Amino acid sequence: MPLTEKDGLIQWTRKSRSERIREHLIWVGAAFLFVLAARYISGQTIWIFVLDAPRQAQDFISRMFPPDVRYFNRAIGALWDTINIAVFGTLIAIVFSIPIAILAAKNTTPHPTLRAMALAVIVGSRSVNSLIWALLIVQITGPGLFAGVLAIGIRSVGMISKLLYESIEEINREPIEATLATGASRAQTFVYAYIPQLMPIFVGITVYRWEINIRESTIIGIVGGGGIGFLLNSAINRLAWNQAVVILITILATVIVAEWVSAKVRAKVT
Amino acid sequence: MVKIHGLIKEYPKGPQALKGVDLTVGDGQIVALIGPSGAGKSTLIRCINRLIDPTEGSIEFNGTEMTSLSTRALRTSRRTIGMIFQEYALVERLSVMENVLSGQLGYVGFWKSARRQFPQDVVENALKLLKRVGLSEYVDTRADALSGGQRQRVGIARALVQQPQLLLVDEPTASLDPKTARQIMRLIVELVRERSLSAIINIHDVQLAKMFTERIVGLRDGVIVYDGAPADLDHAALTAIYGEEDWEADTDSGEPAAAEVGSGE
Amino acid sequence: MSNQTQAAWSKPPLIKSPVLRYLVVAGVLVYIVTAVLSFGINPARIARGLGRAGEIFGAFLRPDFISRGPQIWEGVIESIAMTVGATAVGVLISIPLSLGAASNISPLPVYLLCRAFLVTIRSLHVVVLAILFVIMLGFGPFAGALTLVLNSVGFIGKLLSEEIENIDDESLEAVRATGATWSQVVVFSVWPQVVTRVIGISIYRMDINFRQSTVIGLVGAGGIGAVLDTAMGRYDYNTAAGILIVIIGLVLGGEYLSSAIRRRLT
Repeated sequence: MPLTEKDGLIQWTRKSRSERIREHLIWVGAAFLFVLAARYISGQTIWIFVLDAPRQAQDFISRMFPPDVRYFNRAIGALWDTINIAVFGTLIAIVFSIPIAILAAKNTTPHPTLRAMALAVIVGSRSVNSLIWALLIVQITGPGLFAGVLAIGIRSVGMISKLLYESIEEINREPIEATLATGASRAQTFVYAYIPQLMPIFVGITVYRWEINIRESTIIGIVGGGGIGFLLNSAINRLAWNQAVVILITILATVIVAEWVSAKVRAKVT
Repeated sequence: MVKIHGLIKEYPKGPQALKGVDLTVGDGQIVALIGPSGAGKSTLIRCINRLIDPTEGSIEFNGTEMTSLSTRALRTSRRTIGMIFQEYALVERLSVMENVLSGQLGYVGFWKSARRQFPQDVVENALKLLKRVGLSEYVDTRADALSGGQRQRVGIARALVQQPQLLLVDEPTASLDPKTARQIMRLIVELVRERSLSAIINIHDVQLAKMFTERIVGLRDGVIVYDGAPADLDHAALTAIYGEEDWEADTDSGEPAAAEVGSGE
Repeated sequence: MSNQTQAAWSKPPLIKSPVLRYLVVAGVLVYIVTAVLSFGINPARIARGLGRAGEIFGAFLRPDFISRGPQIWEGVIESIAMTVGATAVGVLISIPLSLGAASNISPLPVYLLCRAFLVTIRSLHVVVLAILFVIMLGFGPFAGALTLVLNSVGFIGKLLSEEIENIDDESLEAVRATGATWSQVVVFSVWPQVVTRVIGISIYRMDINFRQSTVIGLVGAGGIGAVLDTAMGRYDYNTAAGILIVIIGLVLGGEYLSSAIRRRLT
């Protein structure tokens, strides 16, 4: 009630009293939380190192120049590996996501227990970053490209399955009814009514995930997953900033190209 | 052909959609099912081919009790019941031909259908039907490239390629303009007569129903309140079906105020 | 199959030219083979690793939250502190930045400058940012928090500036027509139209920041990820499993909370 009467005059305020009090309380609470967080972080920080930061930054920026242009050859070689990690990670994910998404969607799952299991797989895969997955997998397969592919793949399974099963649940029911009404079996209905409706969405999801996987695979080498991230890590460890900057530029270009390709393909399929 | 007795449908939430419907449709008969929205028309025809499972009652189709069929037997029965939908219910990303051929899915094995291999006579029949509904030039066109009237023609061809004995038609004209609506109704009725099929047509447009069918059944709140010839559908009958309204003050648009009267709950 | 009858029909293939069709198939096969060979999959190494795989999966059945309990707790608190601090600072920086990066309310030079800045920070992966900050500022949550701030600014800046560009032009004109100044236009027309989105995006970003805070610890930027890295380095799989379960639980909780709040907003 922003209108109140006082001394015979009707007064207008933007918000009522209780609204204002509630809003103030939210702000005070948020500010309090922020101060707590800031204090904690500052307690954990060695400020001498922080004060040193500008000098450090200056140091490694000066070391970046001139960039070691010949290093592009190495970077491009590693880039090929990186792209392969993204492509095969996505492929593995596709193979597993389709059945998992079918089990996880309310309208296609054969049994609620299977649905719960599929959802558990999706949740587990999605909640853990691919870098952490890589950390685990490297222990099993040893460092290298294969570990990178598996890490990217495992994480993507959850991501693709989630988007896919949500689209299955939102599918247009009418064509499915129509197909069932002709006497088609469940499997036939899947081929004739579900797949054609889902195909463009599926391609979109996959390409989008591939784009993200390109980004992820550029850094998966930092924890032993192979590819260009491995070079970056070793360049930084050797303080070879003139090489690191070359790698960063290569990554930047790759990410931009991947983004462009992904946007083009997605615009085309819809 | 179809004998419905004591049909009751209760949805988990909400009131009874059908409260004991008895309806018999003879061979070669075309029945128009009219009534306000929410009266249970769609539920009724979907119970016949069990897209919706009825709660109680019996539905006999050609001597088969539909309500107790196994999955496999239900598929066999569904093959002989064609269905046409309001929003056409085409699979938009499939071509016209694939949509029409999907009417044969009940006859063809899974792998053959997945590879789009249909018997030669079916393909010929499908092409003949497409010619009959005037879509010969659109065989490999994707369904989402067609206009509303064209899509409904594909829907009709899909239903007929099944070689049905009964046609269930759910608001075939509700999404079409008045001219196309008449053309589509005429086409459906012609094709049904040519093949001497039976048909149950849900339709909210009373004028179209009177024009094209020989028997009108009025449904209100899940109960049949009128069953008779179009000519007998008078003021009193319309009031029984749709509720009070000045039925004589009909405009010339051919559209009675039925749609506005809406659900009489 | 009688090909003579005119009535034959088969589904038209996706690629019309058969030569091209087979070339594409062959090309894909060649790519798959070369790529798989380049992975250098070493069966002997994997066979040895499988024993360890059993150990790791076994550890998930017997996760250990206790023996490193204080460190795990510390890591969780650190992650949450980084999330809260970075989200708040990130939102504050990105609001003026996204006003600048919206073409419908900013002059061209300002627009280009803000856009260029956003593109640059968005192109750097959060882990790369973390590495750079750790080198500059030393290990710990401060480097992590700054990483998340910069990453948040890129994210919020992009979404919010697009949101501002999509607001109703007429209402902008209407306020301008009253003779309002630029800042009045922002306060009376732009802000009311985007404020719910600002809150929505911020909460969504908070959720993402927490996820990110679990991983940047692997390169020394503090948080629960650092504790996980230590446990893995010690081959202490039971503790690692415990930490992973904690991460999964917290990430899920955060996601649930974030979407619940956002649903209430609209």
